[in-house]
Amino acid sequence: MAHSEAHAAEAHAHAPQAFIWRYVFSKDHKVIGIQYYVTAMMMALIAGLLAMLIRVQLAWPEKDWSSLQKIIPAGYTSGVMNPEFYAMLFTMHGTIMVFFVLSTAPVSGFGNILIPLQVGARDMAFPFLNGLSFWTFFCGCVTILYSFFVGAGAAAAGWTSYPPLSALRGAVPGSDTGQTFWIVAMVFFIASFTMGGLNFVTTIVNLRTKGLSMMRLPLTLWAMFLVAILGLLAFPALTGASLMLLLDRHFGTSFFLPTGLVLNNAPILGPDGQFLHKGGSPLLWQHLFWFLGHPEVYILMLPALGFTSDILTTFCRKALFGYKAMVGAMVAIAGLSFIVWGHHMFVSGMSPYLGMAFAVGTILIAVPSAVKVFNWLATLWNSRIQYKTPMLWAMGVVSLFISGGLSGIWLGQSAPDIQFHDTFFVVAHFHLIMAGAALFGVFGATAMWFPKMFGRTMNETLGKTHFWLTFVTYYGTFFPMHYIGLAGHMRRIYDPYQYAFLKPLQPINEFITVSALILGLSQIVFFVNFFWSAFKGQKASENPWNANGLEWTTSSPPPHGNWPGAIPEVHRWPYEYSNPSAPTDHVMQHEPPMTVEAGH
Amino acid sequence: MGKLQGLLFGLATLVLVVTATVLFTKDWLPPLMSDRVGIDHAISITLVVTGIVFILTNLLLAWFGYRYQDQPGARAAYWHDNPRLEWTWTLVTAGVLAVFLFNALGLWASVNARPPADAMLIEVTGQQFAWNVRYPGPDGVLGRTDHLIASQENPIGLVKDDPAAKDDLLLLNQLYLPLDKPVRVQVRSMDVIHSFFLPNFRVKQDAMPGMTIEIWFTAKQTGDFEIACAEHCGLGHYRMRGQVHVVPAAELDKAVTEAAQ
Repeated sequence: MAHSEAHAAEAHAHAPQAFIWRYVFSKDHKVIGIQYYVTAMMMALIAGLLAMLIRVQLAWPEKDWSSLQKIIPAGYTSGVMNPEFYAMLFTMHGTIMVFFVLSTAPVSGFGNILIPLQVGARDMAFPFLNGLSFWTFFCGCVTILYSFFVGAGAAAAGWTSYPPLSALRGAVPGSDTGQTFWIVAMVFFIASFTMGGLNFVTTIVNLRTKGLSMMRLPLTLWAMFLVAILGLLAFPALTGASLMLLLDRHFGTSFFLPTGLVLNNAPILGPDGQFLHKGGSPLLWQHLFWFLGHPEVYILMLPALGFTSDILTTFCRKALFGYKAMVGAMVAIAGLSFIVWGHHMFVSGMSPYLGMAFAVGTILIAVPSAVKVFNWLATLWNSRIQYKTPMLWAMGVVSLFISGGLSGIWLGQSAPDIQFHDTFFVVAHFHLIMAGAALFGVFGATAMWFPKMFGRTMNETLGKTHFWLTFVTYYGTFFPMHYIGLAGHMRRIYDPYQYAFLKPLQPINEFITVSALILGLSQIVFFVNFFWSAFKGQKASENPWNANGLEWTTSSPPPHGNWPGAIPEVHRWPYEYSNPSAPTDHVMQHEPPMTVEAGH
Repeated sequence: MGKLQGLLFGLATLVLVVTATVLFTKDWLPPLMSDRVGIDHAISITLVVTGIVFILTNLLLAWFGYRYQDQPGARAAYWHDNPRLEWTWTLVTAGVLAVFLFNALGLWASVNARPPADAMLIEVTGQQFAWNVRYPGPDGVLGRTDHLIASQENPIGLVKDDPAAKDDLLLLNQLYLPLDKPVRVQVRSMDVIHSFFLPNFRVKQDAMPGMTIEIWFTAKQTGDFEIACAEHCGLGHYRMRGQVHVVPAAELDKAVTEAAQ
């Protein structure tokens, strides 16, 4: 104890005073967390704008868009969007959202802010590595944004970058130079995530305060722990694959390029008059990409599921139902996420036997997912809900997780997937479950932990307005995509109405676009609330929500070193709400044991 | 104000459930024209079962969200563990999904089964941005191709000296299928990945460069339908459109020969 007090004093004394070391090249986990978060939200703004342009094109491809042409001259010719510009839009929307927003804000953002506070540590295990990881990520952001302005524009082969489209420089304009920047950005991102992941695992394993066993961790931390492991195991596959793609693109290797490629009716020949590329396989890329890609979607989602459990119990004033089952479900989801990647490849020409195995893994993962929903419902049962903004977002996550999860059972069956593959049904599915749950989780976590970020609470009226606008338009945008997907509407189509069978779907696309535009505009409410509250919001007390975790035992915001005095010790799980034998409706993790106590 | 949020959440969920359910009763799938009726059955069963779960869980969520709101003086139930309940819902879910899986795998096996011996051979080769359709002609054998000699005039690099190639019939973006007769389609690509998608036939197969992938199915109704490309293949992906014409089996040769002129 004396040691840790001394350490606190030392840590406080060591808090850097110069602005640049304090707020720019900081080693403090809270500052780094906020840096990650704010960068990710700025990237979200850009990727969101790209989505708006996609939606406008899908609803009214024949309209005159000269007004947009004035703003983006490269994207339009005589008032009509260029198809290569459209391909760039959906490629960059997906890439930025998946990697630079939804992997970053919940994991690197809230992971950094919350892990030391919730495990009872002065900082992350490796503060310098932590700062380095942020600036590496920042280089990735700069690279991917800069790629809009190179040669023939940013990458345009889809966020999945399937070769040969991404490998042959003449296959699509974005594959000329933009794709190289995409690869470099991806390597920056993965390097950054690896450094972060090492920090996460080490901190959670080694720096837990006295009494905090793994089975007393808040579910948010279980999520962070699993996500870090997933990242460490899955991401290197894409680093390797990206570098192989780089070699195929620039040095004439053939990892992903088979013999016999003919582009624009001209065989691609080497100096000897034979095919330049020999013996590669485009399927290899897909295996490597999705070996990363599928654990990746759980990297996006698991933190949101953790936030949701923590927020639900706090604002229900009820103990979390089925803690062990919830931990088990998360571990199962994380484990199974490594054996489902082939469901992205059911119609790729991969062996049907493999398709069979991946269908089994995919359907299996629905079991722990369902267990999570049932436990949340049981937590809500006989609770007493306080509808603060974080609670609304948590309810939203449960709702999206149900809606988006069930369509997974449609897609996981390999034969029906023949019809759904690469249609808007898939777009509906992953925007509801992966993107939606992650996004709603981030908004919920922002409202919940804002006091620990900025020492203030967010404005409730603006927060609720933002939730309702987003909740209604999010469903309005993505739920109808199920129907057009069933009708056969393919993804990534610049002008769907070339096809007779898609013509009748235009009114639905118009509806979706109007909804999406309102969804986009609604986010202004969030940004206004965020910046206004950060500077002018109501000052928050130590524990404004009467929650139980260790982060609520220190001031808002916590000082450098997190606790001015000794680090609190832990005596119970973080979900001790409404215990009838306790004097108050919540017993915090650090409070000394009572004489009569049920629960954990 | 306190009660309003819970009421709103309950109502919003109710509106979602009702709207979604009503819209799902409409038949959205393109009319089925092939023998892959098993896929449509599997979709219907999945719709019904997931639909029931969707309605029930959402109604519970809506009801709990409305019903269990904060009241002064009241405390939430202290109830946080029930292994029996956990096992029940885990095993019931697993059981239902096992049935799904069993059916799904059976269906997958039948889709991927060996084609009947009398199936007719057709080759479809994707390139940016067109479908090259080739029939073997009277000899029933597709002539050799060599990608090294591919050119504007000979997009798939057909080796014209090969005796088997002499009677091959080449069509662009036009696919003729015999009614009630199984066809084997060999799907190939010259450049990037395309996906051979026949929405009305429940057929979709990626055209993977370097591979020849064979699928088979049987057309069950005459008429004209569309071929789509379902895999992003470049800036002309959206217009990589073709037509399928299902004709009585006896008229197929004539239709293909005329179209090939």
